[in-house]
Amino acid sequence: MGGAIVGVVALGIGLFVVLLIIIVAGMYNGLVRARNETKNSWAQIDVQLKRRHDLIPNLVETVRGYASHESKTLEGVIAARSQAVAAPTVDAKIAAEGQLSQALGRLMVVTEQYPDLKANTNFLALQEELTSTENKISFARQAYNDAATTYNTRIETFPSNIIAGNFGFKPEPLFQVQDEKERQAPQVKF
Amino acid sequence: MWEAIESNRRRSRWIVAGMAVLLVLLGAAVGGAVQPRTGPVFGVGAALFLWFILWLVAVFQGDQIMLLVAGARKIEKSDAPQLFNVVEEMVIASSLGKMPDIYVIPDDRPNAFAAGRKPETRVVCVTSGLLKMMTRDELQGVVAHELGHHKNGDPALMILLGVMMGAIVLLADVFLRGTFYMGGGRRSRSSKDDSGGLQVILLVLAIVLAILAPVLAQMMYFACSRRREYLADASAARFTRYPEGLASALEKITVQASGGRKANRVLAPMYIVNPMEALAAVGLFSTHPPTTERVQLLRSMGGGVGYVDYDAAFRKLTGKGVIGSRTLAEDKPEQARAAVPEAPGVAAAAPDTREQIVERSREVTKMMGRLDGMTMMRCECGVGIKVPPGSTWPSIPCPRCGRDNPVPGK
Repeated sequence: MGGAIVGVVALGIGLFVVLLIIIVAGMYNGLVRARNETKNSWAQIDVQLKRRHDLIPNLVETVRGYASHESKTLEGVIAARSQAVAAPTVDAKIAAEGQLSQALGRLMVVTEQYPDLKANTNFLALQEELTSTENKISFARQAYNDAATTYNTRIETFPSNIIAGNFGFKPEPLFQVQDEKERQAPQVKF
Repeated sequence: MWEAIESNRRRSRWIVAGMAVLLVLLGAAVGGAVQPRTGPVFGVGAALFLWFILWLVAVFQGDQIMLLVAGARKIEKSDAPQLFNVVEEMVIASSLGKMPDIYVIPDDRPNAFAAGRKPETRVVCVTSGLLKMMTRDELQGVVAHELGHHKNGDPALMILLGVMMGAIVLLADVFLRGTFYMGGGRRSRSSKDDSGGLQVILLVLAIVLAILAPVLAQMMYFACSRRREYLADASAARFTRYPEGLASALEKITVQASGGRKANRVLAPMYIVNPMEALAAVGLFSTHPPTTERVQLLRSMGGGVGYVDYDAAFRKLTGKGVIGSRTLAEDKPEQARAAVPEAPGVAAAAPDTREQIVERSREVTKMMGRLDGMTMMRCECGVGIKVPPGSTWPSIPCPRCGRDNPVPGK
């Protein structure tokens, strides 16, 4: 009789443990998925920044052909680009990419004064590519922020926070809009 | 986060279940009217078999048939760089992951739709009229709306519901026609066994069901479709961070979209605005909410772009919410971005200049010509000449100045 009770209790405990393991594994996998999505979104930002770096030499050459005495602005863009490419840390990179955005913005304002340039099909194609790349950078940041927010919320809220704490899931930083001016106009203006 | 449009998922499951019950009931009643004892089982089997066959066709051939019917052409980046870029941007913003195939329909009425049940077969389709008419921001809004449909899983759901509705309509139609043509003969034959009374009751029941079921099924289908339009609008605002883009695109589309030559009733729910009736009264049988209401909602989000802001605008207009509470809880408030000016010195909110519209039309016309295999030439006097594919003329005289223009490659 006593043996039967022990058996039932043991079975109950066994079932409970199995259930617990399944729940914990599910939460763990969910956290890993959320973290991977965050990492993918971060990689997407890098892809787009790289694309922008690749576009710039071509753009500078095209503009130089029509607006040779704007060399100061052009030099500014080239310098900002090499700084962004060489930036060693994430913080330095964010700052350098910001500089590059501003330099490109100045260049685009300058090109307004050259109607021949604005009629050049090659330039128009490059301009569309640049607009789109700038958009993609900001949309990629937005997607990263969304993914990171979801991930961070899971880390902080019960019950997944217990698992996150035990397995060393760390919250990811969010992109902050640098200042009010950038919030107003995240795109390069043409 | 976005797939957690939870309460709508649950609601959709109820609608699917409701349709399934309707289909089974109709099958049983029709079967019972023909043969009271074994008929119901046979009827249910036949109804499910019909549904299954339609489902197979829809799943394996539906998108291709639809694109073929609409005369769509697939484009690559080199054909329409801006359209391709805008889709890429929205794929990033929506974190959909995989680029959908992009198709253009040669049709001057502006419209767009999303199709494809699985991530690998996703399609975004726009008309050439849309490309001619929209600024970059507006095009982005429309594309974001279509990708919003994909993100919310709408094409799959609408195919499932559409097929069920189709099975119900078909079954009811066949039964009613059959009853009217040969009803008399069957009744006299069945009165020979003792189940005559039961059979009459079943027959009346089946006729009533056959009349009511298609109506009910369509009401469910359209209610679901309308709700999904609101959700896709909310997603578009969220993805683009610029509700005004879609709002002004919708305004432009409504003025132009009426009288779809190639669109038909079955395809109607797939489009961004209903191509059948641009300003039709919204009722239980319209696939889309009234466009004026959608524009008003997008414009009363109070500078925000989140699901929270859309839901608040919806609540203010109708007194009910439209987005599930879990999605709202996880959403974080976001500010709208500034418009991207189309041209120097032109505020983005200002209407297009005439030159911009003409230039865009010309570009799109050229692109459609190239997609059709036309050769594009320009005479020295400035006249553009389109040479159809398969033309054997070695040169073409200019219609304005009479100069002979050699056809390249001939």
